[in-house]
Amino acid sequence: MALAPAITDIEQLKSHPALGRLVDWNSAAVQEVKFDRDELTIWVPKEAIREVCAILRDLTECPFNFLADLTCVDWYPSEPRFEVVYHLLSISKKERVRLKARLDGSSAAIESVTSVWPAANHYEREVFDLFGVRFTGHPNLKRIMMPDDWEGHPLRKDYPVEGYR
Amino acid sequence: MILNMGPQHPSTHGVLRLVLEIDGETVVGMKPEIGYLHTGIEKTCEAKFYQQVVPLTDRIDYLCPMTNNLAYCLAVEKLLGLEIPARAQWMRVLMNELTRINSHLVWLGTHAMDLGAMTVFLYCFREREDVLRFFEMVSGQRMMTSYFRIGGLALDPPLGFFEKVKKFADRFPGNVDEYENLLTGNPIFTMRTKGVAHLSAEDAIAMGACGPTLRGSGVDIDLRRDAPYTGYENFRFKVPVRTEGDVFARYLCRVAELRESIGIVQQALAGMPEGPIKADSPKVVLPDREKMKTQMEALIYHFKIITEGFTVPAGEVYQAVESPRGEMGYYIVSDGTAKPYRVHMRGPSFANLQALAKMCEGQLIADVVAAIGSIDVVLGDIDR
Repeated sequence: MALAPAITDIEQLKSHPALGRLVDWNSAAVQEVKFDRDELTIWVPKEAIREVCAILRDLTECPFNFLADLTCVDWYPSEPRFEVVYHLLSISKKERVRLKARLDGSSAAIESVTSVWPAANHYEREVFDLFGVRFTGHPNLKRIMMPDDWEGHPLRKDYPVEGYR
Repeated sequence: MILNMGPQHPSTHGVLRLVLEIDGETVVGMKPEIGYLHTGIEKTCEAKFYQQVVPLTDRIDYLCPMTNNLAYCLAVEKLLGLEIPARAQWMRVLMNELTRINSHLVWLGTHAMDLGAMTVFLYCFREREDVLRFFEMVSGQRMMTSYFRIGGLALDPPLGFFEKVKKFADRFPGNVDEYENLLTGNPIFTMRTKGVAHLSAEDAIAMGACGPTLRGSGVDIDLRRDAPYTGYENFRFKVPVRTEGDVFARYLCRVAELRESIGIVQQALAGMPEGPIKADSPKVVLPDREKMKTQMEALIYHFKIITEGFTVPAGEVYQAVESPRGEMGYYIVSDGTAKPYRVHMRGPSFANLQALAKMCEGQLIADVVAAIGSIDVVLGDIDR
């Protein structure tokens, strides 16, 4: 089974409920799209992430009301360094969509989506703990996995696998 | 008053620490403190070849190793675009459902014991032993199976395996009746669970709860039915949903799932296809031992896979499967090399733990024990 080539044209993918609504709302809110291996990824500007999430959650015909996962990828040493990844699921329509926001390494901060989904609380704390990405407006941004006095953020690519010794 | 519960509390099923804010006997607030089992599996994965990650996935959620193997293998297979032969798919379904039975039995036994019903624990572990023997038969391991490999299975099941599973599957519904006789109508058990730790459907969705915790609150979702993977579309089963949203509803969901799972096992046994158990992709799948000793190419491929791994086309996938606890998702990013660039595990217990605080607000301290049992936490899955 050969892999189908990825589709990156917004016009071709507009029939997807999430993408169609976002383009209608504000075409600047969609930086890039990619449909690869049956999964849709939308890159959104980091300033718009909370609004985009709220819009997708409240879609009428296909509400993406479930935050399935929130994580981060470190592309060190290239810039923008971090990509925060949101996996949304529509419980009624069983559709999935992946949102991504790019962050610079020097100012790795993005608005928290805890006001949209309380579920984001622990996920954002985990990303803060392991990547050092700050979430503005988070109610309790503390380390969650590592001890409070731990130095460094282990999942960053410049953090050695064996740790600092 | 602030009360510290755990990490060495027997009812927290591992090393979960809860900081309870209490007013008399009533819980006003709860903060889960986690990370005691954090071993950095996600970081370790980035330093291993794709095939070397499989044994790590067992150790995340140690009560359902096969489900974790499955989610990881499916994700990598999706990245590679591999097609898996029918027999391997059906075996995966069969083993996956046995894993669900194994996990639910541990949950049922410990949950009932937390609430004072000692006998059920012994009954459940009696049947669990049978399931662990099946795991041992196919993989040589009772718990850390690593039986599913990228591209198929490690080995064909041994002679006599299906007959033994068949015997177990015929007997097991009677065993579930036994558990239900002990618990479902038991006045002590029902008083400890009915109306306790209520979670509404809206709250469950907002807090990201999944699996039986979500279905116990009346949300009808099961990934096996809604986003079928590894051939689940060939099986007929019901998805038990309860609307009460309390501990008892979650109990009923899981017990009903035990019966559905054994139904799937029966179907898998009846329709088990013959054929290969590995995909035809010599660059990814290790050759058979026999071929390796007789054919030059097979030996070369084996050497290359072991020493250099295999490259995976760049891209990313999120593969979710329905684990006994809910949505187990693997997010894998590949940069085109032989090692994954990023592996993220979305653990169902991690999500359900957030819902726990919501459930326990306004409950009695004694009911916190029932609530923890009802979300079926596995700390390895939370801390990773």
